[in-house]
Amino acid sequence: MLIQIKNLTKTYQRHDGAINAVDNLSLDIPKGSFVTITGASGSGKTTLLLILGGLLQPTSGKMSYNARELDLLKEKDMATFRSNHVGFVMQSFALVPYLTALENISIALNVKDKDNDKNRKRALQLLEWVGLDDRTTHYPKELSAGQQQRVAIARALANNPDLLLADEPTGNLDPTLSEEILGVLKEINQKQGTTVVMVTHSPAAAEYGDTKIQLKNGKLHTNEKV
Amino acid sequence: MRLIDLTLKELWHRKSQLVSGLLAITLGIGVIVGIRSFSVVSEKAVAVNLDNLGANILVLPQSSSVDNYYAADIDASTFPEEYVEKLVTSTIPGVDNISPKLTRRVKVGNENIVLTGILPKSEIASKPIWQRGGIQGQQAAASCAPSGPKKYADAKLQRKGIDTLANNDCFIGSGIALRLKLKEGSKLTIMDKEFTVAKLLPETGTVDDDRVFANLHTVQALLGTGEQISAIEIMGCCSSISEGLLGKLRNVLPDTRITTIGQIVSTQIENNKLMSKISLVFLIIIVFVGGISIGNYIWGNVNERRKEIGILRMIGYHKRHIYYILVLKALLMGLVGGIAGYILGTLGAMWLGPQFSGIAVSPIYMYFFYSIVVAILISIIGSLIPAYMAGKIEPFSNMQED
Repeated sequence: MLIQIKNLTKTYQRHDGAINAVDNLSLDIPKGSFVTITGASGSGKTTLLLILGGLLQPTSGKMSYNARELDLLKEKDMATFRSNHVGFVMQSFALVPYLTALENISIALNVKDKDNDKNRKRALQLLEWVGLDDRTTHYPKELSAGQQQRVAIARALANNPDLLLADEPTGNLDPTLSEEILGVLKEINQKQGTTVVMVTHSPAAAEYGDTKIQLKNGKLHTNEKV
Repeated sequence: MRLIDLTLKELWHRKSQLVSGLLAITLGIGVIVGIRSFSVVSEKAVAVNLDNLGANILVLPQSSSVDNYYAADIDASTFPEEYVEKLVTSTIPGVDNISPKLTRRVKVGNENIVLTGILPKSEIASKPIWQRGGIQGQQAAASCAPSGPKKYADAKLQRKGIDTLANNDCFIGSGIALRLKLKEGSKLTIMDKEFTVAKLLPETGTVDDDRVFANLHTVQALLGTGEQISAIEIMGCCSSISEGLLGKLRNVLPDTRITTIGQIVSTQIENNKLMSKISLVFLIIIVFVGGISIGNYIWGNVNERRKEIGILRMIGYHKRHIYYILVLKALLMGLVGGIAGYILGTLGAMWLGPQFSGIAVSPIYMYFFYSIVVAILISIIGSLIPAYMAGKIEPFSNMQED
């Protein structure tokens, strides 16, 4: 099992009272699986993704990674966890606007390894893999939405993560590009064995998963294995 | 891609912000460098003028009084000339010139004159006003200037000064020259000894206008005093005087009366204090205004970069990396702003100095180093709080759509 979460709760304090975005949720995510998470707005799917990626501390509960329990309260440890084991693909691509495609990938590599030449070669390999080897010196604004998302995927794969987390990765793309990007994610999952967890609103996109989870009011509503 | 590359790229990406941030540091440093460059030269100029008033410490026999500085040594009792050597060998700091004198009233024909024996080198050095009159043709540096050049950079001029007062030569004050109708090259007989007037001294408005200056040893022989003198004039650095120079001199010469010429010393000290205070006030203003400007700039920059910082945190950068990026940015801006500020301030002072007060301002190269250090410190201090706040930006701040 790659990830096990047990009795996970995330409570937000608001002026009108406390809200459990994730409510006493337990879940196992096997290695090499492609998990899609759906649910209405406010159902807690993005909050769950944030906790899985070590980006947000839960209020209570436990999470283990490769059978090792993570100390979710240590910010420094979680940063190292993110750089070593997790790749992120965002709806808004999350690329640094003043860095070229190659540099956007290199900054992710630099967190782990300071060897610039080695990082450059690896970044070029990744750009080639996503079909953008002729766009290395292009800035995000010079790339199409689909190309930007490919750069984001290449960056997410930079440090060979075991876990790829995608938050609405096709939310800003037209149907054709969406299919293309989902195909890339599926390829990563099947050929590289990378575990993919994808949050989506789209029923069509959810069909790409081998495990389909639906959340309702922060609780697990359905957990369907295909 | 290293963090410094990332920082440089970001700086270049936001050029307008970069220019406004740099402008704040450059102007701040430029103002302080300009004011300091100008005030250092002004201090020297004022100090030179103050030194033109003459010596500020007088060593007299115990029984003498200093009611009238310019006449204090006339007909005073004497003490041994070897006291000069005691002072010279004491190596007390802050003593710029030591000028022994022997003075007596004598008659030349029907005229009363004051005959003063001097050791030319030291006497001339302590009377800059004479130098401007042409004996050496070189202005003395200020004894109280913060870092003035040596008094006699040109050794030939110094020797010339000594050589001009041979045993048979004398300098005469303007009053005597008028009354006895003397000019340069005239002969003057004093107590049966014939002197040649080597130089007419410019009018000073003091008893010096009625003096005849001759070589100390010639005067001693003429008056039959032996190796005795009636006064030693000293040009003491005013800061040393306020730090107890008189006490040190009294220890060396316990049986003499050592006193300052109060008005001269107090004016010098007050002048130095005023200049120091003005510079300090400006420095404090610049540090505050500069620090706040940089802090404000970095703060604005952090807010604008929330998403980028979130991206970096998301892909695994630690808080310390974010601090590093922002402080490095402040350091680079401080470095460039410090250099630019030094150049701007120095050029400004060099251009405006002569226009406003007729003082030629030269670059003070030490300020180049100070400018960089102060600018970097201000920038880093100003960036600390924004950098700390940037470290608090959540790594998921780019999970939501814009």
